Amino acid sequence: MKIFVNGDRHELEAATLALALAALGYGGKKIATAVNGQFVAAAARPQRPLSDGDRIEVVAPMQGG
Amino acid sequence: MSFYGVELASRLMIGTARYPSPAVLAEAVKASGAEVVTVSLRRESGSGRAGQAFWSFVQETGLRVLPNTAGCHTVKEAVTTAHMARDLFDTKWIKLEVIRDDETLQPDIFGLVEAARVLTDEGFEVFPYTTEDLVVADRLVEAGCRVLMPWGAPIGSARGLNNVYGLRVLRAHFPDIPLVVDAGLGVPSHAAAAMELGYDAVLLNTAVAEAGDPVGMARAFALAIEAGRMAHLARPMEPRDMAAPSTPMIGKAALGD
Repeated sequence: MKIFVNGDRHELEAATLALALAALGYGGKKIATAVNGQFVAAAARPQRPLSDGDRIEVVAPMQGG
Repeated sequence: MSFYGVELASRLMIGTARYPSPAVLAEAVKASGAEVVTVSLRRESGSGRAGQAFWSFVQETGLRVLPNTAGCHTVKEAVTTAHMARDLFDTKWIKLEVIRDDETLQPDIFGLVEAARVLTDEGFEVFPYTTEDLVVADRLVEAGCRVLMPWGAPIGSARGLNNVYGLRVLRAHFPDIPLVVDAGLGVPSHAAAAMELGYDAVLLNTAVAEAGDPVGMARAFALAIEAGRMAHLARPMEPRDMAAPSTPMIGKAALGD
């Protein structure tokens, strides 16, 4: 299925958000996530199913004012 | 001084963006004496390391983190960003920015009040980036904010305190709400002026980060904020229109013809 991660298209078979993130190299990283504009807590990622066309946002701590 | 029950000795909060290097950032933060640093959330790829490296730096400082919703233009964006920040940084604190105008980065005060209400109801402790508008401030307090952060001038503009009267009125109207001048300061005298008005603290970033010597400027701001605070506590004299000789006239020698 195709999913979009931070705007980039990926072809990936992953049943859940947690599995997709692991496959994309995010395992163990300090990140926060949303799917289709809805916040998904770290603890909820293993239960969050993914569907074709889902838009995932992955953010990390960054410099800010 | 305390924000939401957290006691802080330093009245300077400092941003972490736009420094020439991570090493200068680290030294400037140290020189500022700040106990709170602002941070943001930005996209990172699976192979990216920038966010993780920055997070290691923040952890090494041991300082309290105030995450922001910088760049958000809608209530939904800001609220979702706040949720992500709480998940990531494990803090109820959020510097709430809902921006309307891209030229001045002036906040959308209507969206700001709405987002502040939503987040407060969800248990967040909101630090709203607002204007010096008294009625908006009143609405923010009504929404549950127990800190207000009016701008001095547009973010990154170095213009100082654009509306001293407005800031003064805000201070008089909210004697018990911690007030922080956030944004627009350029030089330490601007920060000292804010503190002399009785403001509780100052939040800075660009003025330090883009100085020729950010470390020296961080220290200069820290001293100015301390001086301004001391001056406020020492109760400045009232200005007057005409001169008043400081040297007594009594006992002056009669040297005329």
